[in-house]
Amino acid sequence: MKYDIVVIGGGPAGLAAAVSAWEHGARRILILERDKELGGILNQCIHNGFGLHYFKEELTGPEYAGRFIELLRQTGVEVKLDTMVLHITKEKEIHAVNTKDGYMVIEAKAVILAMGCRERTRGAIAIPGDRPSGIFTAGTAQRYINMEGYLCGKRVVVLGSGDIGLIMARRMTLEGAEVLACVELMPYSNGLNRNIVQCLNDYGIPLYLSHTITKIEGKRRVERVTVSKVDGERRPIPGTEMVFDCDTVLLSVGLIPENELTREAEIVMDPRTNGAVVYENMETSLPGVFACGNAVHVHDLVDFVSAESAKAGAAAANYLAGEKDSAGPIVEIANGNGVGYTVPQKLRLEAINAPVELYFRVRQVYGKSDLVLKSGERELLRLRRERMAPGEMEKIVLPPSKLAKADSGLTLSVEEEPV
Amino acid sequence: MQTMYDVLVIGAGITGGCVLHELSKYQLNIAVIDRENDAAQGTTKANSAIVHAGYDPLPGTKMAFHNVRGNRMVKELCERFQVHYSECGSLVIAADDGEAEAVRNLYERGIKNGVPGLKILSREETLKLEPNLNPEIQCSLYAPTAGIVSPWELCIALVENAVENGASFYLNHEVTAIAQEEGGYAVSTKNGAVFHTRYLVCAAGVYADAVHAMAAPADFSISPAKGEYYLLDKNQGSLVSRVIFQCPTKAGKGVLVSPTVHGNLIVGPDRTDGCGREELSTEGAHLAEIREVSRKTCDRIDFRQSIRNFAGLRAISGQEDFIIREIPGRPGLIELAGIQSPGLTSAPSIALEAVELLQKAGLELVKKESLRAPRKAVRIKELSPEEQREKIKENPLYGRVICRCETITEGEIVDALKSPIIPPAVDAVKRRTNAGMGRCQGGFCSPRVLEIIAREKGIDPTEVLQDKEGSFILPRFQGEKQL
Repeated sequence: MKYDIVVIGGGPAGLAAAVSAWEHGARRILILERDKELGGILNQCIHNGFGLHYFKEELTGPEYAGRFIELLRQTGVEVKLDTMVLHITKEKEIHAVNTKDGYMVIEAKAVILAMGCRERTRGAIAIPGDRPSGIFTAGTAQRYINMEGYLCGKRVVVLGSGDIGLIMARRMTLEGAEVLACVELMPYSNGLNRNIVQCLNDYGIPLYLSHTITKIEGKRRVERVTVSKVDGERRPIPGTEMVFDCDTVLLSVGLIPENELTREAEIVMDPRTNGAVVYENMETSLPGVFACGNAVHVHDLVDFVSAESAKAGAAAANYLAGEKDSAGPIVEIANGNGVGYTVPQKLRLEAINAPVELYFRVRQVYGKSDLVLKSGERELLRLRRERMAPGEMEKIVLPPSKLAKADSGLTLSVEEEPV
Repeated sequence: MQTMYDVLVIGAGITGGCVLHELSKYQLNIAVIDRENDAAQGTTKANSAIVHAGYDPLPGTKMAFHNVRGNRMVKELCERFQVHYSECGSLVIAADDGEAEAVRNLYERGIKNGVPGLKILSREETLKLEPNLNPEIQCSLYAPTAGIVSPWELCIALVENAVENGASFYLNHEVTAIAQEEGGYAVSTKNGAVFHTRYLVCAAGVYADAVHAMAAPADFSISPAKGEYYLLDKNQGSLVSRVIFQCPTKAGKGVLVSPTVHGNLIVGPDRTDGCGREELSTEGAHLAEIREVSRKTCDRIDFRQSIRNFAGLRAISGQEDFIIREIPGRPGLIELAGIQSPGLTSAPSIALEAVELLQKAGLELVKKESLRAPRKAVRIKELSPEEQREKIKENPLYGRVICRCETITEGEIVDALKSPIIPPAVDAVKRRTNAGMGRCQGGFCSPRVLEIIAREKGIDPTEVLQDKEGSFILPRFQGEKQL
């Protein structure tokens, strides 16, 4: 089997990348999707709030996916569902398996990695206690309730204030469960502010910041959890314990980009994002292999996933059209004060003929402050921000004219306004 | 007419499982009963999963004998039953002069016990084998016959094969009384069943003293000692290639760092004495201690790559050696108690002694003319692409991956659900197929495994269990009340 572009994953990232690659002239495109339908996790996100940026209207997750699936139908992109990719080689050979075609080896000229992410589990954060049933990652609970039609608990404590946890606190409440608390280790929430308001405050669900679950009890099913306040080093403070009688614990403690395939192909990874290091066009260290969406870095909004993935799709089409890598200088963007990571991590200056969108997250909550991009000691760009938080991905646009002045590595930092 | 068993085995853990399997080779009417809903549900599923070489036990003890003989038997059984096993060898590392002395003592003890291939390695030799170890070490004891195994796979395979060769099994049967009667024993269980048997073997793990007390005056007690563990992602699994023990000191045995047969890294255990028989919770302070103590072996373990913590119980009897005997005054009642480490390694050998004791007590042993060979489980990811193509042609379900992290297909899960001991829960499927054992810990696949279990068994999804009886995943509600 031979294709020009193989897209790994038919969620929002893969859909946008495939449509964009087609629009930019590529043909013989194949999407490999492990689930039985396209759309990825959007299918279980039946709440609204999607599409405000991309479609300028408010959609539910399945509706948002539906828009892209409709766009895809108008192209000649092929799709294989219920298909699992097992390996990707450096030579862009893709090993995949399904019930109809069996074990396939597909040769691709370009590959787009759009595998999405998975949820951190109880084991990853080592919550002590018993190991009864009734402990779910928020996304698994969301699948049970929205896809399978089962309420997976009646008295719930949510650990972590990531967006899925907040959405699920509301969802479980609407289905008749009692959500006793949302417990967050950090002194701030990792979710979007609008979700704190619409999912917790509107339903009177208390949010305990700087708290964590220090014990889970229950021989068969969860029976109770102990919640403790934590100090500045995130260590539980003895004497601050609160006990909640509950039958269910939902975990919303972070998302991890899925990159086992990426690592296997020995593509350079960024330990800050747990995704591949990408250039301005979403190309990875392996020429002709592009990455986009939550496999590169975890996004808050699907709208930005679509935009980023469209860029990857276009770049893959251009790659096929013979656009060669410039041999010109490559600059890396380093974390300055307060910046957790940037995507892209590297820029090929000579290849840049349009504004570059730079996505990043800050490490803590900031009030009024400046974002400063420097090349060496030279300041290229200074932008004012009223408020920034780790839970909200930030974006700045770098005009080519500014980048033209870069002569060495770039650094992005936050400068706080003195109080 | 009531059944009269020739031999009834209490306990379907690794010890009882080995006894049942050994007995199934003879023309006998045998059965195993267990309080839990699956085999291997006690200490068998929660331990270090090490096949010890045999230099630890004191020479002349039953422990020393069974450890060294069991070490070879486990290897043979795993090969025959296709159980994940690796003879990877072990190192006991010495950090200072005192520990170097202790390591030399272990070497001497091992020689006396008949452990083959033992060698004291210098610092350089040790670091050449295991470059990620703490470079401060002085020397180590290398035991090439030590290995790692999947204990629950071995136990389930043995019980399954015994069942295929005619043994009966009764799960969810908790023993409440044992009475001597004409020609044998009557064993009553909590759910009202009574089993009549000519001979009885008790392999009740942490409940061994309680079961003993039902049949005879108590003369020992089990005080379980809990051990907690970290299981880490496969990206940590090649930090070491062998089982690395710290040198046992007055302060304790230290924690081990070892690859697992499934490619993960296991770190632990600690020890908390005097625990309850069902006390399997982990504690924050204990886990922190394990992380700290492990640094003595290797300071490069990334505990953020943890995928699971668990705890297991050692059946400590207060006696130095295993208790393997016919209970005085109870003819034909064989007791296997205090089977603490190296119990897993010793189990097949202990089973041989148990059968000899039964024979001495009068049980006639006549070999069956033919035996059914072990069931060969299909493990798709271990096959070549060509073999996978063939298998998928035979059964398309082998082409549908359900567990992404471990690459386990629907075909393998359905096979497990059709095996002799039908797995009663999602975790029971995990122990048979590895589905859900990976880095996402069933986040993606558990709803699908649940669906397959419900479909194959023809039950409602709300009846599917996570693990033990009562561990419902999707509780059924009527109004406010959980059904």
